[in-house]
Amino acid sequence: MSARLRFLKPATRLARQTSQASRAFSCSASRASELNSLHTFTDEENMLRESVQRFAQDMVAPKVREMDEAEMMDRGIIKGLFEQGLMGIETSADHGGAESSFTAAIIAIEELARVDPSVSVLCDVHNTLVNTIFRKYATKEQQDKWLPQLAESQLGSFCLSEPASGSDAFALQTRAKKDGSHWIINGSKMWITNSYEAEIFLIFANVDPSKGYKGITCFVATKDMGIQIAKKEQKLGIRASSTCTLNFDDLKVPEENVIGEVGQGYKIAIEILNEGRVGIAAQMVGLAQGAFDKSVPYTYERKQFGQPIGTFQGMAHQIAAAAVDIEAARLLTYNAARRKEEGKNFVKEAAMAKYYSSIVAQRVAGSAIEWAGGVGFTRETGIEKYWRDSKIGAIYEGTSNIQLNTIAKFIQKEYS
Amino acid sequence: MRPSAVRLLNILVPIKRTIDYAVKIRVNPNQTGVDTNVKHSMNPFDEIAVEEAIRLREKLKDEIKSIKVVTIGPPKAADTLRTALAMGADSGIHIEVPESAPAPEPLGVAKALKAIIEREEEKGGVDLVIMGKQAIDDDAGQTGQMLAGVMGWAQATFASKLVVDTGKKEASVTREIDGGLEEVRCKLPVVVTTDLRLNEPRYASLPNIMKAKKKPIEKISASDLGIDLTPIFETIQVTEPPKRTGGQKVGSVDELVAKLKEAGITAVKS
Repeated sequence: MSARLRFLKPATRLARQTSQASRAFSCSASRASELNSLHTFTDEENMLRESVQRFAQDMVAPKVREMDEAEMMDRGIIKGLFEQGLMGIETSADHGGAESSFTAAIIAIEELARVDPSVSVLCDVHNTLVNTIFRKYATKEQQDKWLPQLAESQLGSFCLSEPASGSDAFALQTRAKKDGSHWIINGSKMWITNSYEAEIFLIFANVDPSKGYKGITCFVATKDMGIQIAKKEQKLGIRASSTCTLNFDDLKVPEENVIGEVGQGYKIAIEILNEGRVGIAAQMVGLAQGAFDKSVPYTYERKQFGQPIGTFQGMAHQIAAAAVDIEAARLLTYNAARRKEEGKNFVKEAAMAKYYSSIVAQRVAGSAIEWAGGVGFTRETGIEKYWRDSKIGAIYEGTSNIQLNTIAKFIQKEYS
Repeated sequence: MRPSAVRLLNILVPIKRTIDYAVKIRVNPNQTGVDTNVKHSMNPFDEIAVEEAIRLREKLKDEIKSIKVVTIGPPKAADTLRTALAMGADSGIHIEVPESAPAPEPLGVAKALKAIIEREEEKGGVDLVIMGKQAIDDDAGQTGQMLAGVMGWAQATFASKLVVDTGKKEASVTREIDGGLEEVRCKLPVVVTTDLRLNEPRYASLPNIMKAKKKPIEKISASDLGIDLTPIFETIQVTEPPKRTGGQKVGSVDELVAKLKEAGITAVKS
């Protein structure tokens, strides 16, 4: 439906500097005072929220059920996300992106998750993992080559986990061997999000196992280089998000496709997952809100014993408690995002946000089913889907136990 | 003889900030109006108008010189202007009225727009006004027609299709009327009001939202324009429509006819 919108010609350096400044000191007067509640957003962030809400309601909502039942992402929705500029949120305008804030990305992810957490994670991985790796660690040539493609039409995928290495990511077995001006990659990745639809893959492989994790290197490869998409998983939740096993059989990748330094891959993976964590937290917050929004209005319509069930004190208390949970998870998430924007260390806060939001998502989505009773249990209303989708929150991008480890380390340092 | 140069068109799109169409409207306790402490957005018909202007530019490219949006409203109405800029308009004009002021009425709006158009004369004038056929809060459906009247311009209302010929300085408009579709051809300048099926408005994409930051919005007051927006109508009372009561089942056509006659439907013959 929406016409293809052309991006501006590359901005001049002055315009770029000005726009960076204007991004830091954006419009809203209250933001400038620097002592604001976490409910404070720039005009652009507010407009983005509204725009994504409408896009999600109009374009995504009608397809949610069929995508879930078919376990397949609708290509039109992926195209729509690109057209709306939601696949290059933080990417600079020079590279075809929206040059917006990290919080803007978080808002987009949250609002998409309210309607479909599967669509949300597609957008999240692409923005907070794939795009950010290029923005932070790639050379100028690599950025010029890959970022525009990623902003315009090519979906990205982040390939770290393997059958034998999840939490223990550094134990990965995929190997890369130098051969002239190429690297030959052999191995397998598992649990890879977006892999079925992606064209651009960031692959972590070890070039020198004798160095342990210090041999891990990040490579960029395209599907047509010979990446084999093997088994697509059939999942409990986020079924429309593709999760596949990938096989690399003498995959030949040119040496200029190394991102960062050889042996720097472990660092890239660790650092990038901090940002990804805030993204997942936003997805879980949106999910919880979506389940809440679907179920609560029903409780004010459904009458039993002569009154709407939502007005019974027992129900009202449960609903109120859920609202508190969602707000707490949301504030943890926004605070982690703003800390990152301020250049402050946000590792602990990101872990807290992701850990807590995944719990809230599961709890609120579960309650949402119960509030709606039998109707909540049927697939037709779409309420139960949120509960199924929420389970992955405690698992991917760092399990809850790993998050707790991270938080505990900070506490130990502070208190001992 | 050389063909005359193609005229570069200036489009003006008046928009209104109204209560969002999805909000459940509630009458306020004083019965003087509705509860306005709810979500507001651009009047849907005005979104269609903005979209149409942008599509004209996508079609006619450089022949569309400028797309300006204008609104009359409280300070918050600037958000609506920014949304229009994010959709693709070039610049905005905000005729600011105080938050406490009564809502401007169609004739007042038409006169204000006339003043704006006259102001634009020195910048090349306005060739085409595209606006919503009505606002979803008052459903007046008068402003476009009144504007054409005070300007002495052509008008083509309830448009479901708009084609502009810059060479001939003409617009062909397909109008939705009770009998079906009517096609009219008007000489520019013309006021076109949009109907639902004219187009489906785009969402403001994120890159365009960011670009909109740099687009100018001019703020002026009604007195700057020399316009008096004092209402000439007084709202006596606002009430909800009567609650829907159940219908009746009838057993035969004769019974139906009898009931209708009883209800005073005089078109029914015995």
